[in-house]
Amino acid sequence: MLLKKIHRFANPNKFLKVIYPFKKISLYMAVFLLFIGLMDALLFSPPDYQQSQTVRIMYIHVPSAWVSLLAYIMIFFFSLMYIIWKFPLFILIAKEIPIIGISFTLITLVTGSLWGKPTWGTYWVWDARLTSFLVLLFIYMGLIFLEKAFKFSNNGDISFAYISIIGAINIPVIKFSVDWWNTLHQPASVFRLDGPTISAEMLIPLIIMSLGILFLFFFLALTNVESAIQEKKINSQNFRG
Amino acid sequence: MFSNRKVNRLYLVLLICISVALATFFVLKALEEKIVFFYSPTKLLEKNVRGEEYIRVGGLVQTDSIIYEEDGLNVIFSITDNKNVVKVFYIGILPDLFRENQGVVVEGNFNSSNNSFIAKKVLAKHDENYMPPEVKKAISGKSK
Repeated sequence: MLLKKIHRFANPNKFLKVIYPFKKISLYMAVFLLFIGLMDALLFSPPDYQQSQTVRIMYIHVPSAWVSLLAYIMIFFFSLMYIIWKFPLFILIAKEIPIIGISFTLITLVTGSLWGKPTWGTYWVWDARLTSFLVLLFIYMGLIFLEKAFKFSNNGDISFAYISIIGAINIPVIKFSVDWWNTLHQPASVFRLDGPTISAEMLIPLIIMSLGILFLFFFLALTNVESAIQEKKINSQNFRG
Repeated sequence: MFSNRKVNRLYLVLLICISVALATFFVLKALEEKIVFFYSPTKLLEKNVRGEEYIRVGGLVQTDSIIYEEDGLNVIFSITDNKNVVKVFYIGILPDLFRENQGVVVEGNFNSSNNSFIAKKVLAKHDENYMPPEVKKAISGKSK
């Protein structure tokens, strides 16, 4: 029963129809939430007691970091499903996500670096959190190169799936790096067992920005998937013709 | 829903995940000494480092320990982990967040003979608490 349902979505033409409204909604939500979030974050939220205005970098830095991790987790699950069920659609989706993930990873690294200078006194240090996040950038690069190398065939699909699963070990390392080793980067402020250690006036714009960037990610990912499906259709027609 | 071959593939992936996790665990465990970004003062005194070794030590700036020399560049302060204290000598500009009871990481050489640290670089750490100044004032007012 469930398999029948999945099969229905595995048909690319039907899938295109299914994702179209989601793509639209994601775009509107992203624009709306990012507008409200940026207004709140830049104009109305209070400065921090230690860092004063510099804290506003957080509203870009932290959501991008979360989304780059989420993007990788999604690649992991789509690759896993591809390996088990062998539906081409799963790997097609998985292969479209890295380019978006790497963009948010870059945003995270650059904003983090600019934030580090005024607060810590340095642009970059080789502590566990920063280094593991740089490794995430390299893993994304590897996945993108692999995908580009097999642009016109499916030969790279299975290696893409396995490599992305192996690379997923970096995600828990990033998350827990600040707890396992002493680092210059501070421990988690929001996702922690004893609740957030960030005051509500700053948590609310952070959550709005995170949702906005999440919807932006969905919009970009769905757009990529859509164009990848169209490209596949055109290619197969060319072969036939 | 799951045929035999699919279950086998699932087991294969699980096996890969577990072996990768174990391998990473042992590598990180073996490298633990190198991955830590800084030593605490206690760890530093235990470790018996030689003078020429370039290391990082982190801790809180001890209350009433900051002394600025007259030229305004030389500064002496102590960092502590509430067990042991290391005296730090530094020439240069301190980060904005540097203050008493603030977490800092100093980079440089340790002289074990007189328990002093010559810092080449001072980095400020900030903790995971974010709040507006008024809230901070209210909290510290209550505790006093």
